[in-house]
Amino acid sequence: MTKFTATDKKDTRSGFGAGLHELGKQNPNVVALCADLTGSLKMDAFKKDFPERFFQTGIAEANMIGLAAGMTIGGKIPFTGTFANFSTGRVYDQIRQSVAYSGKNVKICASHAGLTLGEDGATHQILEDVGMMKMLPEMTVIVPCDYAQTKAATIALGSHVGPAYLRFGRPVWPVFTEGRPFTIGKADTMIEGKDVTIFANGHMVWQAIEAEAKLAEKGISVELINLHTIKPLDVDAILNSVKKTGCAVTCEEHQINGGLGDSVAQVLSRFQPAPLEMVAVNDSFGESGKPTDLLKKYGLSPDNIVAAVEKVMKRKKG
Amino acid sequence: MAQPDFDKLKKLATQIRRDIVRMVHGCQSGHPGGSLGCTEYFVALYFHIMKHDPKFNMDGKGEDLFFVSNGHISPVWYSTLARAGYFDVKELATFRFLNSRLQGHPATHEKLPGIRIASGSLGQGLSVAAGAAQAKKLNGDDRFVFCLMGDGEQQEGQVWEAAMYAAHNKIDNLIATIDYNGQQIDGPVKEVLDLKDLKAKWVAFGWEVQEFNGNDLKEVINGLDHAKALAKKGKPVMNLMKTDMGSGVDYMMGSHKWHGVAPNDDELSRALAQLECSEDY
Repeated sequence: MTKFTATDKKDTRSGFGAGLHELGKQNPNVVALCADLTGSLKMDAFKKDFPERFFQTGIAEANMIGLAAGMTIGGKIPFTGTFANFSTGRVYDQIRQSVAYSGKNVKICASHAGLTLGEDGATHQILEDVGMMKMLPEMTVIVPCDYAQTKAATIALGSHVGPAYLRFGRPVWPVFTEGRPFTIGKADTMIEGKDVTIFANGHMVWQAIEAEAKLAEKGISVELINLHTIKPLDVDAILNSVKKTGCAVTCEEHQINGGLGDSVAQVLSRFQPAPLEMVAVNDSFGESGKPTDLLKKYGLSPDNIVAAVEKVMKRKKG
Repeated sequence: MAQPDFDKLKKLATQIRRDIVRMVHGCQSGHPGGSLGCTEYFVALYFHIMKHDPKFNMDGKGEDLFFVSNGHISPVWYSTLARAGYFDVKELATFRFLNSRLQGHPATHEKLPGIRIASGSLGQGLSVAAGAAQAKKLNGDDRFVFCLMGDGEQQEGQVWEAAMYAAHNKIDNLIATIDYNGQQIDGPVKEVLDLKDLKAKWVAFGWEVQEFNGNDLKEVINGLDHAKALAKKGKPVMNLMKTDMGSGVDYMMGSHKWHGVAPNDDELSRALAQLECSEDY
């Protein structure tokens, strides 16, 4: 039995749409820009209720990022919306110069990230975006795990100052964090345990919840930490947990290079070396398919997490 | 608006040109050609056309805003800002040196007063200016947003994304200018990648377009005044401003060779002899 139950099944992008609409009500300086994907990003409600603060940019993402940077001059808080691929790789230089280096208060909101985009295939399934964004100085990077947390993260960004990247996705996914507190930069320990720490974010948190149930049946006590904020990283939470468990597994819907695993590995190797395994896409592009089939084929299923935990525990000393 | 004092403005232009060549000579790097070519434009904007406050506030509410997209012409901007009172002219001597606020390309990172966004990687400034102009409209602020680009920069695709967007959204408080000097790093623009009929392109994109000579102070002031008259009528305004790269220093004029090259000691003396002015930093 999983320790968390899904109260509902919804897409994380709808959490973004609901959070953005809420922010629109709360703060008249919040503006939204979208590059011809209003429906896909679930920005329709904001557009309908705040038309004067909604900017349709057409299929021109570079311009959208520049516009957003410009709108901060005058006190606006722009939220840009398009797919994660077009939110990052396509506009990296614009984000780097006009947003991050210029310290602008732009919130880059990116949907359809990762393999779970599904049938559209590898052109759209970006698996490198977190790496690109976390490398930029000044950039906050958040990967929430479900509808409720994506909504909470979006609302939190309304009062956060500085450039930020919010990554979410397309598929309908279990909702299990309703009512849990969310703070940018503060890891959420969802399950306490003593044998191994699993650090997960995004859709992989639910995969880890399912893996934990299987591991509990085998008598393995898992500590599950939702590392929704990759930058700034909650270093204390990582060190305190691994001090107790002695080993860790990271789980992310991203390339093994440059993502959550890299960030955790850097912290452990610098401050408190411990065995670490990474559940991530192993330096390859994705392909078309059903989200859950893709997660399985590319090694991101609950069973893959179970195998990684068993492997890392064998590497523990004593 | 008071009548321009042309004698005073011409002296300022000479002073700024002198600053430019001394700055790039001082650090033996930087971009004198485009800077010299745009001097009258900067003088006109900061000393006659724009409502602006050297005490500098990032949001600039109630002020005219100015964005430089072709950031490599930072020497002319820095000198103009210093001469307009944004910071001490002595700071010009730190241009491109370690720990300076005067970065090679303009940046906000070191908090230099007068700069509102980093530029250098080309093609981004018009988008930023259009966004700032829309923020002004949202704020009920009736001042203008000015933006300068290079002509070689017109080869960047993002410029045309912004061009389409600004016209479609009737961003008519936006007054952009292209430094139309016909030169870029690798040679004449016509040879590198011809812009063909640039005026027709901007007209076709839905902008109000006018042309003037950027190295004649009277023409620049009249042109920018006229641009303000053309603005706020439903279309963004584009000024195609013909300039001579290197204008004011005879051996630098009209050639791409001085795009990004600093004068040596002898060349500096020859330049300063043509730019008589007394208030060096």
